[in-house]
Amino acid sequence: MSNRHLKEKGIESLLFASGIVAVLALFLLCIFLFRDGLLLFEAYPISSFLTETKWFPTSDPAHFGLLPLLLGSLIVTAGAIIFSVPLGIAAAIYISELAGPRTAGILKPVTEILAGIPSVVYGFFGLVILVPVIQRTLDLPTGQTALTGSIMLGIMALPTIISISEDAISSVPRAIKEGSLALGSTKWQTIYKVTIPAALSGISAAVMLGVGRAIGETMTVMMVTGNSAVIPGFPSGLFAPVKTMTATIALEMGEVPQGSEHFHALFAIGSVLFITTFIINIIANHIKRRYRFNL
Amino acid sequence: MLSNAKLNEKIAFGLLRLAMGMVVAFVLVILYYIVSNGYSAISLDFIFSMPRNRMTEGGIYPAIVGTMYLIIGSMAVALPLGILSAIYLTEYAQPGRTTWTIEMAINNLAGTPSVVFGLFGLAMFVKYLGFGASILSASLTLALLILPVIIRASQEALLTVPKEYREASLALGVTKWETIRRIVLPAAIPGMVTGAILSIGRVAGETAPILLTGAAYFLPRLPDSVYSQFMALPYHLYVLATSGTNIAQTRPIQYGTALILLIIVLFVNIIAVSIRSHYRKKINR
Repeated sequence: MSNRHLKEKGIESLLFASGIVAVLALFLLCIFLFRDGLLLFEAYPISSFLTETKWFPTSDPAHFGLLPLLLGSLIVTAGAIIFSVPLGIAAAIYISELAGPRTAGILKPVTEILAGIPSVVYGFFGLVILVPVIQRTLDLPTGQTALTGSIMLGIMALPTIISISEDAISSVPRAIKEGSLALGSTKWQTIYKVTIPAALSGISAAVMLGVGRAIGETMTVMMVTGNSAVIPGFPSGLFAPVKTMTATIALEMGEVPQGSEHFHALFAIGSVLFITTFIINIIANHIKRRYRFNL
Repeated sequence: MLSNAKLNEKIAFGLLRLAMGMVVAFVLVILYYIVSNGYSAISLDFIFSMPRNRMTEGGIYPAIVGTMYLIIGSMAVALPLGILSAIYLTEYAQPGRTTWTIEMAINNLAGTPSVVFGLFGLAMFVKYLGFGASILSASLTLALLILPVIIRASQEALLTVPKEYREASLALGVTKWETIRRIVLPAAIPGMVTGAILSIGRVAGETAPILLTGAAYFLPRLPDSVYSQFMALPYHLYVLATSGTNIAQTRPIQYGTALILLIIVLFVNIIAVSIRSHYRKKINR
């Protein structure tokens, strides 16, 4: 009997050890990321990193200004969100409120295909198909622009926005909607004035997670945005090449000597990126936890 | 007044349909371009031969092999850890600070950009632990990347097992672990398999993490140990499409590689979804 008890205890400890592996992974990730990132500031002042407007890592003296890369990430993400949020929410409303169960059963896996396509394939498609189209239709010197990145990222953020919004909209209790319809409202008035407001926090969580996905995307932006580290104007910067934080890390890491100032600068950029997405995730999960109706 | 509201509704529903149509059109357009341009490049020779003549001719065999190694390596680590972690969270953990911390860590790992995982893999596995740029470093990095996916899917699978199963077994005097092992796990396996298969698609398509932890531009032979560098499908596509002097000339190979990647990912998704719906029907019966 006590032998059996001992075995149970042993297994429980083993399971607990596996349970905290995610915590351990996140902890180690922070340590290794920040350690190499902070080493930059031994030689290069943190104030210059945060306020310099130039990213010239190979010039002499080198400039490691975060701003052009941060703003590059922001403009591409903003462009993506501007078009994917309304589109994604509209599609989610269509799936949950307008489409019949059979149509919805087809539409959901179809939008999930978008989530399955690897980012490098999106990048390739953007590079080969969309870049020439943008260049021709807008008559630009190059089609590799922030806008091109925004369009591709917007498409990639759609499945996240659609599935979580759809979840939020479907979880609005039927009684509330029926009450509105019984008062003589049209179906659209009900969606617009009752269902959407009731699902709003879930929809905002969806938007936040979409932003997180877009800001962290690497391969696609790297292949279609032209990668030139200049501070973009708004909105004119949309039509010029930009360089995002993610693309900078992936492009330049291959060429830098390990342990150099440039190497540490890329880790510092990675730390900024990590902190940004960390905050976005915390907010999104906080909102998401609150939206479910408890009836 | 009423007709005005009806008119608004007509316009609004028209716009909703248009939006849905656009989303579906995106899917179709992307699939169409990759499939129609890629299928003529694919042949047995393309899949099973080495690249030749500075990658302008020949096949993508080493990239396929490399991607397979990554899938095997990362699943071997992430699958057991993820399933055990999910068992702890659903069957043992009590609500409280520890559980809250674990849940928060999983959510944040899931939302961390893949390039950040790449940096971490570079700092910890490649440099600190001295594994070098290798299959081992890249597999471990990818394992951490898919860990949240596997944990979430396994948790969901465990939660669908009815409480009565557990209670009936416990009431017969069976211990908690034996109940989990003999009653709960068998019922939850299909859901767990679905999660595992979906993360295979993720591993096959990730580029940024392996770019920093060991993927090679070109290798004339297959990797011979876990400490070897490797070629992989997504990185191969990236390299062919963006660098070198023969970008236009290798276009068919690029489309072919993209199509192979797409086939792997979609095939894996279809299998996962059909396993899920097959067992859902069975449970509902």
